[in-house]
Amino acid sequence: MITITLPTESQKTAHIRLTLNGEATDVSFAPYKTLLEVLREDLGHTGTKHGCELGECGACAVLLEGKPVLSCLLLALECDKKVVLTVEGLAADGKLHPLQDAFADLGAAQCGYCTPAILVTAKALLDQNPKPSREQIREALSGNLCRCTGYQQIFEAVEEAMVRIAGAHNG
Amino acid sequence: MDEEKQMRVIGVPRRRVDARAKVTGQTRFADDIFLPRMAYCKLLRSPHPHARIRKIDTARAAAHPGVYLVLSGKDLPIEYGILPVSQDEQALCVDHVRHVGDPVAAVVAREELTAFEALDLIDVEYELLTTIADPEEALATPAPRIHEYGEAGNIHKRVSLEFGDVEQGFAEADEVFEDTFFYQGSTHLPIEQHAAVAIKDPEGKLTIWSSTQTPHYLHRALAKVLQMPAGHIRVIATPNGGGFGGKSDPFNHEIVVAKAALVLDRPVKICLTREEVFYCHRGRHPVLMKFKTGVKKDGTITGMHLQTLIDGGAYGSYGVASTFYTGALQTTTYHIPRYKFQGCRMFTNKPPCGPKRGHGTVQPRFGQEVQLDKVAEKLSIDPADLRLRIAESSNAVTANFFRLSVVNLAECIRRVVKISDWKDKFRKLPSGRGVGLACSAYLTGAGLPIYWNKMPHSGVHIKFDRGGGVAVFCGATEIGQGSDDVLAGIVAEVLGLETFDIRLYTGDTDLGPVDLGSYSSRVTIMTGNAALQAAERGKAIIAEAVAEKLEIPKERLCFAEKRVFDSAAPEKSVAFAEAVCLAEARFGTIGTMGSYTPPKSPALYKGGGVGPSPTYSYTAAIVEVVVSPATGWISVPKIWIAHDIGRALNPTLVRGQVEGSVYMGLGEALMEEQEFRRLPKKLSRALVHKFPSMLEYKTPTSLDMPEVVTELIEEPDPRGPFGAKEVGQGPLLPIMPAVANAVYDAVGVRIDEVPITPEKIMKALAEKKAGREPRFGPSHFPHVDWPEALRVPPPWEGGDGHAVNDAPRPAKRNAEKEKVLSS
Repeated sequence: MITITLPTESQKTAHIRLTLNGEATDVSFAPYKTLLEVLREDLGHTGTKHGCELGECGACAVLLEGKPVLSCLLLALECDKKVVLTVEGLAADGKLHPLQDAFADLGAAQCGYCTPAILVTAKALLDQNPKPSREQIREALSGNLCRCTGYQQIFEAVEEAMVRIAGAHNG
Repeated sequence: MDEEKQMRVIGVPRRRVDARAKVTGQTRFADDIFLPRMAYCKLLRSPHPHARIRKIDTARAAAHPGVYLVLSGKDLPIEYGILPVSQDEQALCVDHVRHVGDPVAAVVAREELTAFEALDLIDVEYELLTTIADPEEALATPAPRIHEYGEAGNIHKRVSLEFGDVEQGFAEADEVFEDTFFYQGSTHLPIEQHAAVAIKDPEGKLTIWSSTQTPHYLHRALAKVLQMPAGHIRVIATPNGGGFGGKSDPFNHEIVVAKAALVLDRPVKICLTREEVFYCHRGRHPVLMKFKTGVKKDGTITGMHLQTLIDGGAYGSYGVASTFYTGALQTTTYHIPRYKFQGCRMFTNKPPCGPKRGHGTVQPRFGQEVQLDKVAEKLSIDPADLRLRIAESSNAVTANFFRLSVVNLAECIRRVVKISDWKDKFRKLPSGRGVGLACSAYLTGAGLPIYWNKMPHSGVHIKFDRGGGVAVFCGATEIGQGSDDVLAGIVAEVLGLETFDIRLYTGDTDLGPVDLGSYSSRVTIMTGNAALQAAERGKAIIAEAVAEKLEIPKERLCFAEKRVFDSAAPEKSVAFAEAVCLAEARFGTIGTMGSYTPPKSPALYKGGGVGPSPTYSYTAAIVEVVVSPATGWISVPKIWIAHDIGRALNPTLVRGQVEGSVYMGLGEALMEEQEFRRLPKKLSRALVHKFPSMLEYKTPTSLDMPEVVTELIEEPDPRGPFGAKEVGQGPLLPIMPAVANAVYDAVGVRIDEVPITPEKIMKALAEKKAGREPRFGPSHFPHVDWPEALRVPPPWEGGDGHAVNDAPRPAKRNAEKEKVLSS
């Protein structure tokens, strides 16, 4: 039997510079690693999760240049000079993002495992469309599986955040 | 002392105590743990569904650079399992693999990839054995045996119980209905894959963090297999990224990393892949069911005979309990004066089945509720009215001796009928559109522990700090359902604090008293009652000291808004922190304990240990469907559900549990199935998982989820803390039969099988068009050699809870029984 020896993690031969949650970040890693692995293992950002290894569950979603991407399907090498936002970057100035507050208040997080990815995906939606309809929210979150909530409280939390964000802007 | 006061925490919709951690990504799940010098573990799993291990050679893997350790079956030979009666698993198979995915060896290496790579260097020689695909094949194939224990051949467990003369019941009936149903298996699919990290701590003892729902039972299994005193093992259940029953068994990977950490003296982590999670399984048992039910013209049930044939998969798991559960709760919803139950669980070469949300009661509930819909149709009675006529009532003792507490099934039915406009819809909607109704009951905690003993099922310790801090210690396990919030809510309510003031230390076998875990919907009632007792005891001590200081009778004291004050003169008060100081000065360090043991059950026959509960929750649901007669496609626009909760401790979370149950039920009703297939002959005919991947295992997405209208029926149950009953499982049960009944209302065909797919609807529509029985479902129930039934006369026939034909019990048990019956 021929055994192919793959590069190991200790061979951190790849290097990128990205803006992670607003911070210029340099990181070296083994070249085969996905953005998900680099975030969790090399950058200590464990808020982003994994669930299926093939881009189906959506638990690994992060924002790349403001758009949701599945970090388990993206090589970290592709993220050089890019802007990445994870759940750790949602709160600002010591205050939770309105989405985080609304999710907490309205029971949109049960086990909390899919929550980080749903939060950033919802943020991308609200950034692009400040007043989405229920149907647009359903559509935007259709790539994020949640096994706990039945989604309803998630939809309501996104709508509540939408109202709170609009209120903050108007106030 | 202040019974009348308005509650400020309990019953108020509020942010759960662990919400901030969850929305900031700070909840530390097992795979989020990274420790210095941590090594990674991978398991080599059997590619064969059934084989003998002839030889296993790990030398090449052990020599691979970066590999620290290779383990195989001989390193961990001691058998374990969740139930004492089925200790049939080995952490790594020694000489027999029983399903694809059964682990045979483990590699621990500096890096995960290295461990993965080294799996290829392990040489295993297998001798392939005949494989068994389903229970009928298992009945026909007594050899080779999948296990050396069990009843005979590949029969794991047979049960036969008769409560009253069921044949007499059929003789008294105006109509007798016989129906066969099949419920396909499904899996939990928590988004978090199982993970565990073990260390040999600096003192040389073992600590393991794991995504487990049952740290206490993992603790027992580790002590047994590793031959270590339990006191030298610490199990910490990390918050589970979803459980649903799938993380309730002690698992091989947990034992393997524990062993590896002890050998290597360094942290060892494992995180399963999604494919491996499918192999762990322990999900819904596929069950073939036959219901024979006699009814009077007015719908009164005269007798029921239920037979279940259960596909257990390759190991025991919770299977003996699951077998009893397939026949346990039929009597708890509608009055059944005579009841016979026969259940048979078979071993097959598939990943083991176990407890999934609704554990064993979901499948027969489907059959019972669909059959009842047929009964209503035949008798020309509205299905809601029929159920109202026969619904069980509060404080009844059922034919199989389960003592019910508060029963609000009828109110649940009335409520969903009202809010859904049922009367204007049922049999009145245009063709292709229909509504269906179904009901259910579920346990609020299992009345008996897995290891029978007289100790409490849950314990809570509260430490009161001079700064006013309140720390709660309990073994309860947070799996997303809100067990931490139950603890914090109850303690905060009693002490007049907010949940934010309570510090929680849960799921840790070292820190907190034992709690048996997050299963059987037991946390709210058992952990909750233990917390209530501990908090009340703390309150009494503090009140004593404060009363002395304020020079008023302690009965007048009120705990609210973080103060302790005179209810007759609220200006006389002390801050809670000061109150604790007063108590500490008066009595010394303040710590209180609470515990909970369920009431004894009158079901004293053999097998009567499965099904009793302190109280049962009830649910009624109405589902509306739209079915395309051209494609069979089913969509579900709306669901109305009413749940008898007793009292909602946190209505936000209760609603979440109801909607989450509806969601999971809908997935089972329409698409989820754990299916297997045989490879073609040239590829060995092996039995393999049809789709051990999330891509093909379909679950409802946000686009599939209908609007759900939830109503809570709140009549406090005297047995629950503040009157609360369970909500995590019960609301799942009526969904599948309600969908089936709605499909019949929409297009006039019966789908007596779950999942209800477009393909099955099209087949049934074709039958209808051809003038045959408009139905899709199983047509026969195979012959099973049933043992003689244990005959237990029901209460109304003078029964005392014992079988009349069982071996006599010792006198001590009889004395105990009399005490229970007289209570």
